[in-house]
Amino acid sequence: MSEVDTTQFTSEQVRHLASLVRIELTESEVEEFRGELASILSHIDALSEIDTEGVPPTNNGADLLNVQDADVSQPAMARDEVLANAPQREDDYFRVHAVLDQS
Amino acid sequence: MSTTADSDLLTITLAEGAKRLQSGEVTSQELTRAFLDRIAATDDQVRAFVTVTEESALAAAEQADEMLSSGDATAPLTGLPIGLKDVLMTRGVRTTAGSRMLDTLVPPYDATVVTRLQEAGAISLGKLNMDEFAMGSSTEHSAWFPTANPWDFDRVPGGSSGGSAAAVAAQQCIATLGSDTGGSIRQPASFCGVVGLKPTYGRVSRYGLIAFASSLDQIGPFTRTVEDAALLLQEIAGPDPLDSTCYDAPVPDFSAELDRGLDGLRVAAPVEFFSGGMDDDVAAAIETALDLLSANGAIVDRSPSMPSVPMALPVYYILAPSECSANLARFDGVKYGHGARQGESMWADMEATRKHGFGREVKRRILLGAYALSAGYYDAYYLQAQKVRTLIRREFDRVFADHDVIVAPTAPTVAFKQGAITDPYQMYLNDIFTIPANIAGLPAISIPGGFGADGMPVGLQFVGQRLDESTLLGVANAYERLAGWSTIPPSNVGST
Repeated sequence: MSEVDTTQFTSEQVRHLASLVRIELTESEVEEFRGELASILSHIDALSEIDTEGVPPTNNGADLLNVQDADVSQPAMARDEVLANAPQREDDYFRVHAVLDQS
Repeated sequence: MSTTADSDLLTITLAEGAKRLQSGEVTSQELTRAFLDRIAATDDQVRAFVTVTEESALAAAEQADEMLSSGDATAPLTGLPIGLKDVLMTRGVRTTAGSRMLDTLVPPYDATVVTRLQEAGAISLGKLNMDEFAMGSSTEHSAWFPTANPWDFDRVPGGSSGGSAAAVAAQQCIATLGSDTGGSIRQPASFCGVVGLKPTYGRVSRYGLIAFASSLDQIGPFTRTVEDAALLLQEIAGPDPLDSTCYDAPVPDFSAELDRGLDGLRVAAPVEFFSGGMDDDVAAAIETALDLLSANGAIVDRSPSMPSVPMALPVYYILAPSECSANLARFDGVKYGHGARQGESMWADMEATRKHGFGREVKRRILLGAYALSAGYYDAYYLQAQKVRTLIRREFDRVFADHDVIVAPTAPTVAFKQGAITDPYQMYLNDIFTIPANIAGLPAISIPGGFGADGMPVGLQFVGQRLDESTLLGVANAYERLAGWSTIPPSNVGST
């Protein structure tokens, strides 16, 4: 069922994936990962030869569905303890660059 | 009061230690001090610990002794020193998951298993080394340092829970906790010659376990004996309102079947678990183990075939990276952990944070996962892997319709030399016999099963039915008693 051609794994694809997952890569990393990912995928491609016609997917390690909790309020963690691990903090907030364009 | 030599204390089990503490033959402070001294004497070589919590351990031991002497020590593990894989959140104690990303994280809460062990009276000696975010099979991918195998310092202890396995083998702790996503408890247990149990998926709460692959991760014990594995599982198992993926199933007495023996036990040895590049010395050790089972009343059936089992490895290397790419998206440098602040924008900061915070193995898996999940490839990779997962589960169900347990090698080789495996896929092949149990969500245990080349330990694996750890532990205990392999490495550790 697979028409994925992993021999065509390109540096451009690696850069695109890295941008999707927000990891800055060096040029040498791009080349190393390109080769390693293509190699790993070549081993994994055997999966495509398995006939799974009519087989439902398993997406859960157990067989639990729709587990629900009673809607009861609980004490939360202390704000200072949570904020204590922030790389940058301002008062009771996590500090980040402006997300939206302010112009 | 105690004249017990330290060396005697260091090879103690949880079961024996509890008796000696209750009888007053030894105090928790003596026991805890003996293990802390042992860590100080050996960890320059073993390097199992990322953090040793000496002060809090001694304080807890003092409290335990007060309860023991006043007769208030009803908790089953009162005063017994254990260790925790550094992937488990510990309130007020640095928790790194082996990653620079969490170099400075001091959690504001305890993982449920940590809380439960505290309630059971156990004393934590500290946090144990691991492959970064539990991704690896050698503990060489720790951001901090590699851990050595106590049987041979030039070899790896396995991974990802290498520190947890090495600490038990080196007698630095009586028992430890690890986590197992594709074999990360069982393979290091095999390499280090100790007992490692991965419970049924959903048996133990993962609240406070730093997530790698959520449909596969499970927490479990490393111990010197099967009996101790049952004791530790007893304390950590059971539903938790903080983890909705836990089974709301009754927790049986896991020690109840320890004496069940092997008579009439139907053991499946499926052909697919006895091929696939197993080294000759491992194969020979496992054959001897099967003969021992047969000679003592078990009916070993070598006819079952599970044709989809060889696909478990490819399935794993789609599902686990996919889930990890989602789980590790949380490390954005904003709320906790490493946070780069040299960029011009939030996105630049985030990309720099993840560039410096993650190691190579983690980056590779995140990229692989993002690829498998991306538009155009999702059906071919992720969905197909989930469907083959169903086929693998069905094959286990079929075998368990007329067998009690499955027996298999834990790993295809004994512990390899540090630096010997550089190709990622070759490293992944280490987990070829352990991954199927994770894919199917089944309980599995690795116990010492003999020795291979150069006197290195070989692990024997049993896989059980869902939520039937009791039978699994009973079979493993029966084999352990018959075989009686030593879990103590030659006295090379700390002898210099």
